[in-house]
Amino acid sequence: MTDATVQPGAEGRPVKSGSLLEQDARTKRRNAAEARFKFYGMAAVGIGVIFLILLLVSIVRNGVPAFTQTFVTVPIYLPEDKLDKSGVRDPDVMRKVTTFGYAPLLDDALVTKLEDNGIEMPFAKPSKLRDMVSSSAAAQVRDTVLANPDLIGQTVDFKLLASSRVDGYMKGRVTRESLARDKNLDAEHLDIVDQLHELGTLERSFNWAFIFGSDASESRPEQAGLGVSMVGSLFMMIVVLVLSLPIGVAASIYLEEFAPKNRWTDLIEVNISNLAAVPSIVFGILGLAVFIQFAHLPMSAPLVGGLVLTLMTLPTIIISTRASLKAVPPSIRDAALGVGASKMQSVFHHVLPLAMPGILTGTILGLAQALGETAPLLLIGMVGFIASNMPDGVAAGFLSPNSAMPAQIYEWAKRADPAYYERAWGGIIILLVFLMTMNIIAILLRRRFERRW
Amino acid sequence: MPALWIFIAVLVLAVLGFVLGRQRALAMVDGDSRHLHSLPNYYGFHVGIWALVPALLVLAVWLIVQPMLIDTSVQSMIPDTSYATDGELSLVMSDVRRVADGLDLAVERGALTVEEAATLDTGATDVRALLGNVGVAIGSDVQPEVLEAAQAYRASTATGNMARTVIVLLLALAGLGWALRRTAPNFRARNSVEKATLGLLIAAASIAILTTLGIVLSLIFNTIEFFKLYPASEFFFGTTWAPSFGGGSELGILPLFWGTFYISLIALAVAVPIGLFAAVYLSEYAGPKVRAVAKPMLEVLAGIPTIVYGLFALVTVGPMLVNVFGNEGALGLGWMSGGTAVMTAGLVMGIMLIPFVSSLSDDIINSVPQAMRDGSLGLGATKSETLKQVVLPAALPGIVGAVLLAASRAIGETMIVVMGAGAAARLSLNPFEAMTTVTAKIVSQLTGDADFASPEALVAFALGMTLFVITLGLNIFALYIVRKYREQYE
Repeated sequence: MTDATVQPGAEGRPVKSGSLLEQDARTKRRNAAEARFKFYGMAAVGIGVIFLILLLVSIVRNGVPAFTQTFVTVPIYLPEDKLDKSGVRDPDVMRKVTTFGYAPLLDDALVTKLEDNGIEMPFAKPSKLRDMVSSSAAAQVRDTVLANPDLIGQTVDFKLLASSRVDGYMKGRVTRESLARDKNLDAEHLDIVDQLHELGTLERSFNWAFIFGSDASESRPEQAGLGVSMVGSLFMMIVVLVLSLPIGVAASIYLEEFAPKNRWTDLIEVNISNLAAVPSIVFGILGLAVFIQFAHLPMSAPLVGGLVLTLMTLPTIIISTRASLKAVPPSIRDAALGVGASKMQSVFHHVLPLAMPGILTGTILGLAQALGETAPLLLIGMVGFIASNMPDGVAAGFLSPNSAMPAQIYEWAKRADPAYYERAWGGIIILLVFLMTMNIIAILLRRRFERRW
Repeated sequence: MPALWIFIAVLVLAVLGFVLGRQRALAMVDGDSRHLHSLPNYYGFHVGIWALVPALLVLAVWLIVQPMLIDTSVQSMIPDTSYATDGELSLVMSDVRRVADGLDLAVERGALTVEEAATLDTGATDVRALLGNVGVAIGSDVQPEVLEAAQAYRASTATGNMARTVIVLLLALAGLGWALRRTAPNFRARNSVEKATLGLLIAAASIAILTTLGIVLSLIFNTIEFFKLYPASEFFFGTTWAPSFGGGSELGILPLFWGTFYISLIALAVAVPIGLFAAVYLSEYAGPKVRAVAKPMLEVLAGIPTIVYGLFALVTVGPMLVNVFGNEGALGLGWMSGGTAVMTAGLVMGIMLIPFVSSLSDDIINSVPQAMRDGSLGLGATKSETLKQVVLPAALPGIVGAVLLAASRAIGETMIVVMGAGAAARLSLNPFEAMTTVTAKIVSQLTGDADFASPEALVAFALGMTLFVITLGLNIFALYIVRKYREQYE
């Protein structure tokens, strides 16, 4: 063979420059691929963060208006001849005058208000003016009068809820164009609203009733509040805490400290990890079939909701509790056994207290998950129910029908009215505040008490 | 005595037992606890447990069994002529129960005396109006046989409750007495208490099994009921979903399957690339500062309840997509007519799954041994080449497992599809059309006022069963892959 003398590059390949300082085409391509790949990664993180920001912005922008509400302040004359003909000021007798009896008073008051301030009255019928205030206004006046009969015969200043359309106009949700297709309110109303707003009679102020009030019927979004369903959620969380903490801790202690390696233990372990991944709606079906159909517990009761959520959060709590039990070093157990404690004593006197911060953190996170869960609650009847009354006792709190925060939010979203959408977003803000608080408490607990061995 | 009071009475007895047992043990050794086998408290606990546990067990069993027994005996009293189907029988039975409860309530409120209630006659009194007065609404006039059954129901319930009170309390006392008698200085109280505690721990751990059993049984029984009323082959292979509560429904699961599958596919198409790239970037490229900020931010997405995503889909994303793809949209394509669509739900669900995919993949990428990376880098590969040709292939089984877990989450997700995907069941390829899913239909079939015996309501259990089996299969398969993969490098 004489090829030994062939020069490198003789086959037409370019001779490599061999310089480290100058990149050849292939290196450039590889570096470009590297930069591209890194960019994809950054873009993915960026997209995730953008989605989060978009979500938060849309929550805050849509939800914050729910915390303020438009009120109209009007002096209303309460005539004796209409409200209390007998003149004895007995609330039981006065109860005979229904809200229909009070409605004309509102009309008169509004007409007087307009006349006093020189605002032109555009409607033939004074009752048309009443569309500006909530349909609950008459009931509000009636309740005040019944609670304090001595007001009769006087002119009293009432702070009435404006109707949801007027409220929407003040918040920019309702425009004159959109009113053209709406028979609840006319453009003339808005002229009056503008003028009353200038006078300071009609104002937006903070709406405590949204946070602490009760749900209202579909036609009165301005009145609806989250308070009652918050109480429902509270009772559910009590059930979840009382059941899932002891059961979860007991189960974890058994599996982590005592369980022999056998089929039964394996079965339990597999079960727990599978239950953690079962869709939440299936737990709703379980609740419906077992607690309501079979055990005849009352529909929509926070007790049933709490039981279903307990079963759902148990796997989460067991998994985190086992992790914190595992984190306690074996030397602690050995030391306890060495001074004569039984296995049970070593666990309950030494391991469990040391693992407690971790267990509590896991439990709080499990509760937070349960608090936001909606799907199982739909199946046990916590939706479509108007939570209009606070439960009148602890037993009623557990057993009488109620809603829960996420179920209430869903119910509002279902009503498909922009005013209710606003309330649903507002409800979400409250829900997220609760979840955030719970998570912060969990993080603080972990920071404060976590021990590195 | 109501069950709650019995419970409290037994609890009081147990506390009493604790005090007595402790005192007795101490008294036997003249207060010198060194002569006792166990610490004095253990003697107390021993007596307390014996007073509490057998009595409560019997009480629990009694509470479940008594209504069943009474129901069967009362059911046999109702003549065959007054009902045609099992569904009607259960309606009659619920009337019976309601009348019985109403009579009890009437006695309690003082509207009736005990004798009056026991000798009530449908001919002489208007029972319906009477019960209406105490706040119990009955749908129709009370038939004589219903009243008779209700009276029998009341009578046997009263006898049963009486027997329950006596037996449970006697059992608590007997347990207390027996344990107290066994108390002696050399009695191994600690061992006995610890055995009982261990039993309690095992019982708690078994609740997981009971839950699964409850899920499976409640699904299976109702599914069998459903298949008795509706042929299984039409359910699994029918292509029309048209429930009508008047009867004559077509309940084919295929359109629902298609909707579920399509939405999950879109969700995974969004979540898997973004989640995977985010995980790769955060674990291989990002500096500690970026990681410390970006990772928790992505995880916040995982902590947000699904109802929030549902509303986000319904109110924000849906209209936004219509603005782009709708009739008067920016692109003028006219593909989309309403805000609720497969695309809306899929997109939002994808966002929800991003942190799920990224944190799972992060774990898996981190568990690939560093030596493999070092080897590849040492041979001159760039970081991305190392990732693409060494790390990702090594992590592939784990990542497949993670994707399967994400798919099972997507299939089981409810709130987003209920609010974002629409209600129409159809087989269509257009992702901008409204479609519906298995979970959404479970909700809509079970939240109405339908009675649970109709095929339209029972179909929800069959849907639930299908959903449960699919997600369970996916989970087991995924966990198996993930575990297998982890073992490979440990």
